[in-house]
Amino acid sequence: MQAFDRVLAARAKDRPGCADFIANIFDDFVELRGDRRYGDDKAILAGIARLEGMPVTVVATQKGTCTGERVAANFGCAHPEGYRKALRQFLLAEKFARPVVTLIDTAGAYCGLGAEERGQAQAIAECLTTLMTLRTPVIAILTGEGGSGGALALAVADRVWMMENAVYSVISPEGCASILWKDASKTEDAARSLKLTAEDLLGFHVVDSIVPEGAGFDKAYADIRSRLKDTLGALKALDVKDLLSARYKRYRTMGGFLG
Amino acid sequence: MLKKGLFKRPGNTLEKTQGDNVLPVPNVPETLFTTCKGCKAAVLTNELAQNLYVCPRCGYHGVIGARVRLMRLADDGSFEEWDAEISSADPLLFPGYADKAAEARVLSGEKEAVVGGMMRIQGCPCAAFAMDSRFMMGSMGGAAGEKITRLFEKAAQMDLTVIAFTLSGGARMQEGILSLMQMAKTSGAVKYHSDAGNLYVSVLCNPTAGGVTASFAMESDIALAEPGALICFAGPRVIEQTLRQKLPKGFQSAEFLMDKGFIDAVVPRAQQKDYLGILLKLHAKEHKNASV
Ligand SMILES: [Zn+2]
Repeated sequence: MQAFDRVLAARAKDRPGCADFIANIFDDFVELRGDRRYGDDKAILAGIARLEGMPVTVVATQKGTCTGERVAANFGCAHPEGYRKALRQFLLAEKFARPVVTLIDTAGAYCGLGAEERGQAQAIAECLTTLMTLRTPVIAILTGEGGSGGALALAVADRVWMMENAVYSVISPEGCASILWKDASKTEDAARSLKLTAEDLLGFHVVDSIVPEGAGFDKAYADIRSRLKDTLGALKALDVKDLLSARYKRYRTMGGFLG
Repeated sequence: MLKKGLFKRPGNTLEKTQGDNVLPVPNVPETLFTTCKGCKAAVLTNELAQNLYVCPRCGYHGVIGARVRLMRLADDGSFEEWDAEISSADPLLFPGYADKAAEARVLSGEKEAVVGGMMRIQGCPCAAFAMDSRFMMGSMGGAAGEKITRLFEKAAQMDLTVIAFTLSGGARMQEGILSLMQMAKTSGAVKYHSDAGNLYVSVLCNPTAGGVTASFAMESDIALAEPGALICFAGPRVIEQTLRQKLPKGFQSAEFLMDKGFIDAVVPRAQQKDYLGILLKLHAKEHKNASV
């Protein structure tokens, strides 16, 4: 599959959303709402659930499944309130030593007046610093679109996994083609150049493992469930200091430079 | 934005080639007058340089190179550059990137969009870095991220305050996902420095956008900004295209952000040294390593 085909697959309307992942991977999901500061952003779905008996905090993006839901969820593009809602759940997870699992499928953080004036950048930045030193294991799973900073805000983790047809990029191929080459027809070139597929990201060690989709999503859910159980078990066994120092190193080594 | 060739191309070893007390001004003007972007008046280029590239008529804060900014902030001869050798790689072999980066190196006279090191401000030691808009709009790739990360780490080990002049279009898209990861990497370093009890002051300059605003620029203990600076996550053009509406005047300006509670103070360039000096003195502590 070409890079841009992956982009289309990741965006496909009939692709399972994060809510489907939650329903099929976890038990007893209890939704918790609001950021306690301004409102409840439905682009973020958060709560507590069980994974094979183990309580975990789940924070996911949500695109919605019908028009009404999509509009309510702003098509999966969170406002600052969404990131602050996530923050609240991260801190609650830390308090109760619950591991965090995030599920990400968003074109990116919302670009709008309200989002800007209520501190979209600050909200994302606070997620980054908070997750970087959150004293409990964090696993992030990119299920569909991983759109730039809006995705990264939920993806600073001890392990980052990616669905086979998910994409994760600093900018959309459309945005890249229009800014760099001022040419919308170069979108497919941009998709290829940006190296945004799961295989690419595995190669860069941005992603630790790929979840196959070939045998269908039911198989994938079962796969994720068992991997989560094993990996969270192993991460929970670590001393928090070691966990955090490994997380720091995970990102510390990313990126190329000369000199 | 500066037109190419408007200023002489500065060298990269100014501090080494000049005496300690000589103030290097790499932006040696070739033209007598410069048109102010704020009031459109023709201003004597020399006068503009003396005035830290702030228009003496309307106060418009123009482009100032990262190195000049730091040199003129530091007490005379106190700036010691760190990690000067680091420059960007091309990890994705992105079409056209190598040429663009080479052009940026010539245009800015810098190896990367970030210049940083250690200095004294009114006698107080601190670490400081500045970003340079002439280097691919100050965008952050692996080299910039590495320089910033190292600076926070080293400052933490030395118990030094960090002062950051942020100025960036955001993540450098030619480095793809690895540039996005610099947001996480630098955020980790900011937190490490902060958890060790050190002060971090950011000064948001025009423009600070995207992944830089959404990481270290907004992670400071005290956030200052230059007058009129555009500070945003999504740029005005992106929002206007998304919403198909014009933005209100002054939206996303430094003053607007201060009003909304995201900036502590808007500080004109000429007052920054005094302002930062006061903040440094208010946070003074016994330094393990007080020598600069
Ligand atoms: Zn003027």
